[in-house]
Amino acid sequence: MTYQPQSDFGTPASRAQDDVTLTIDGRTVTVPSGTSVMRAAAEQGTAIPKLCATDSLASFGSCRLCLVEIDGRRGTPASCTTPVEPGMVVHTQTPHLQKLRKGVMELYISDHPLDCLTCAANGDCELQDQAGAVGLRDVRYEPKATHLGQTKDHSNPYFDFDPSKCIACSRCVRACDEVQGTLALTVQGRGFDSKISAGMASDNFLGSECVSCGACVQACPTATLVEKKVVEIGTPERAVVTTCAYCGVGCTFRAEMRGEQLVRMVPWKDGKANRGHSCVKGRFAWGYAQHQERIINPMIRASISDPWREVSWDEAFAYAASELKRISAKYGRNALGGITSSRCTNEETFLVQKLVRAGFGNNNVDTCARVCHSPTGYGLKTTFGTSAGTQDFDSVEDTDVILVIGANPTDGHPVFASRMKRRLRQGAKLIVIDPRRTDLVRSPHIEAQHHLPLRPGTNVAVLTAMAHTIVTEGLVDEAFVRDRCDWDEFQDWASFVSEDRNSPETLEAITQVPAADLRAAARLYATGGNGAIYYGLGVTEHSQGSSTVMAIANLAMATGNVGRRGVGVNPLRGQNNVQGACDMGSFPHELPGYRHISDVATRELFEREWGVALDPEPGLRIPNMLDAATDGVFKAIYIQGEDILQSDPNTHHVAAGLEAMECVIVHDLFLNETANYAHIFLPGSTFLEKNGTFTNAERRIQPVRKVMSPLNGFEDWEVTQKLAHALGLDWDYTHPSQIMDEVARLTPSFAGVSFDRLDEEGSLQWPVNESAPNGSPIMHIDGFVRGKGKFVVTDYVPTDERTGPRFPLLLTTGRILSQYNVGAQTRRTDNVIWHEEDVLEIHPVDAENRGVKSGDWVRLASRAGETTLRASVTDRVAPGVVYTTFHHPLTQANVVTTDYSDWATNCPEYKVTAVQIAPSNGPTQWQEDYMDLQRRSRRIAPAEAAE
Amino acid sequence: MTTIDNLVRMANQIATNLAHEPDPTAAMAEHIQLFWDPRMKKLIFDHGDDGLNPVAAAAIAALKTAS
Repeated sequence: MTYQPQSDFGTPASRAQDDVTLTIDGRTVTVPSGTSVMRAAAEQGTAIPKLCATDSLASFGSCRLCLVEIDGRRGTPASCTTPVEPGMVVHTQTPHLQKLRKGVMELYISDHPLDCLTCAANGDCELQDQAGAVGLRDVRYEPKATHLGQTKDHSNPYFDFDPSKCIACSRCVRACDEVQGTLALTVQGRGFDSKISAGMASDNFLGSECVSCGACVQACPTATLVEKKVVEIGTPERAVVTTCAYCGVGCTFRAEMRGEQLVRMVPWKDGKANRGHSCVKGRFAWGYAQHQERIINPMIRASISDPWREVSWDEAFAYAASELKRISAKYGRNALGGITSSRCTNEETFLVQKLVRAGFGNNNVDTCARVCHSPTGYGLKTTFGTSAGTQDFDSVEDTDVILVIGANPTDGHPVFASRMKRRLRQGAKLIVIDPRRTDLVRSPHIEAQHHLPLRPGTNVAVLTAMAHTIVTEGLVDEAFVRDRCDWDEFQDWASFVSEDRNSPETLEAITQVPAADLRAAARLYATGGNGAIYYGLGVTEHSQGSSTVMAIANLAMATGNVGRRGVGVNPLRGQNNVQGACDMGSFPHELPGYRHISDVATRELFEREWGVALDPEPGLRIPNMLDAATDGVFKAIYIQGEDILQSDPNTHHVAAGLEAMECVIVHDLFLNETANYAHIFLPGSTFLEKNGTFTNAERRIQPVRKVMSPLNGFEDWEVTQKLAHALGLDWDYTHPSQIMDEVARLTPSFAGVSFDRLDEEGSLQWPVNESAPNGSPIMHIDGFVRGKGKFVVTDYVPTDERTGPRFPLLLTTGRILSQYNVGAQTRRTDNVIWHEEDVLEIHPVDAENRGVKSGDWVRLASRAGETTLRASVTDRVAPGVVYTTFHHPLTQANVVTTDYSDWATNCPEYKVTAVQIAPSNGPTQWQEDYMDLQRRSRRIAPAEAAE
Repeated sequence: MTTIDNLVRMANQIATNLAHEPDPTAAMAEHIQLFWDPRMKKLIFDHGDDGLNPVAAAAIAALKTAS
């Protein structure tokens, strides 16, 4: 589409159910009660001039530009702060109003630089537009005291702040308060001295608490806050709506373009996941797409000790196919496998699993959900019948008690965290169960009613103790349980949790959570109104990850908190398309739609569509593939868009597995860490260069739209198809919409999904089928998908990973706001300014005992391996617990993590590793060796001279 | 850790976590059948009872007999 700014109705929509009819400029308009006159006018197509109003913020009434006349009322009220009333007669354009508005605008412009022709916002400036709208033609005032000529703040890597252009409308301050919830900005001074300030007067934007979400830039009606890319490139000339490729929130953005050049990503107001908001990653950290380290030509090498050799696509596919066929013939078809990517589209993921099942002839396909949310799939399918969360994000608006366990949404899922914080500021109560004092525990205007800082590895014990409290204190919603759940299974469960050994007092010795606090939290969740549980990898990445998910489901069912708005069980998915990758049949035991490979009817459905016989036995999961590789029986792997060497646990074991293979095909944007062991490199395309769909944490299927040509020449689905062709498969897709059509034919929960429908609706939440043609925002409304909800007894079983004299501390790992997963994307953006290395958080007591100060290099050692990194001494972690991130390959936190995993799914136990810390004066031998390996693995032989 | 040592550990872990099922042996056998690939099953079948807890050993024996 050609460039049009997003529509702005001036004030937020009213959620009232009753309507009001009034007359505006002689036209009758009907709107919900509580709507402002400004919005009512905008909805009938009348744009009342405005500056301080925008529909993402509560009305403010400061600019005095939106004045109107109302019959029977004195004066000229501001239309943004005046609610509609029945029979009201409004006039938006009268000679008197025109004179008033022109006078107001004249005052604004008298203190504004008249450099429109050279201003970055020329043509995209509300002040400029409104000056035209009110008919301002000259300024009579002589400039005396002004705000012109002030120093610009260029400190933020993504946007500039020019106070000379500020009109003090406070939109930026209010956006930071109301939308983002950080409250980093303020209006310093009064009257003429009013000045927007980031934090303290001495702070610049970079040094302040600003989290660079971009809400202030989006809200600014002038060029005071403007993207550096707009300054550099110019204003956009077209916009395409697409979906972010970072976390599982799935924000939709307008990719605003000049030609094929991306100018900026602006959150789309109509996006149902993000509702017009963004974070620093999605809004700004897309520079990796054009990074100089992008590999755009295919490469091969016979041995991993050789330098890479650039080849044509045809040669790369021919070589890959010959190697896969050779290995299959020599070692058998089960020696091959593949890994799909949760960063790629549904269509690309579907093709990779199809290639493995129909082309390789086995079910050795897995996905990175193995190492994050596979326990969610197991646990929620067992208890509720569906491997997915129960709610949409909007649901939080009706939540009274938010329980966050094992998740750090302000860092990992920041846009949803902002919506959560907004609800908390409105009065909802908060329970946080986490070993660390995350930002959500205490931040401006938010304080958790209960923070239960449990010992890592004791989630099940804490949740069982909460269940004990709810059952023994008579807080069960018995009517719900009798109606919706298996009563006999409930009674077994209730009897189990009621045992004294499961009381908060008994389990306190294990969990280290004071029993009184735990009981109070349980009572609040059970009796505080609508209770919603949000959880993340701090739940799943444990030896009892699946049990913890089921324990969460038990709590929700016991308290009747399932099946309506405001409640539910909500896994916060790590990567952008984890949900979709699981939906598309990436697990080795399941075909798309979570149907077991042993199910004859389902298998026959796929066999008819694909024209091949399918193996009825489950295939290997990622850790099983690596074990089989070191055993010498798994020899070839196709890895699309994953970096298992850095992301998976026990790096030494992953490296040994990869090194033991004869053909490792890496399909990625960069020569990632896994590519150190690859023989074939197939260049990938970014989300900006492809069409397809992502499915976010709320089961929302959203379009991904190509805004520029792939640097490598092909979208990723095309690369997989060409590899399939080289192997002799006769696929003939010409557009990913055809792949989704195939998914819909084969998968009941996707039966009503197509690209056309997604274009019409913007997005759809599965299941989308005959009984739910417009999708399913909330699940299990009238009954659980499995029939009766299943209570599962979840006995606490301690992990085998134990602390002791050699390794007395517990390491837990996580993310930081500015970086994403293994950092392959964000490390190649200016986000490194906030996080250039992984650091180890350690409690002051533990640090003092070891002679460690903040900034010191320390050696972090476990039974699996050791690395070095800098220490940060903080009481954010409890004594006995240390914490780090895993964003940087030279720290490689996973050198330290172990092979222990979830009992049901093999999801690694990243969150519990026994470690020791000691001062260090340099990198470990492993780190030095790794740096050497990395350098050698990235050699590309010079092209041979043409004959 | 060798693959078989790892499989023994996994089997014991599954058995422990399914101990409260009405029929833990059957539940464990079903779990192995649904989630383990044929080679993993063969390795544990060939391994015998060494290191396995009673429920795990019974489940694997039952599954071996049925397969």
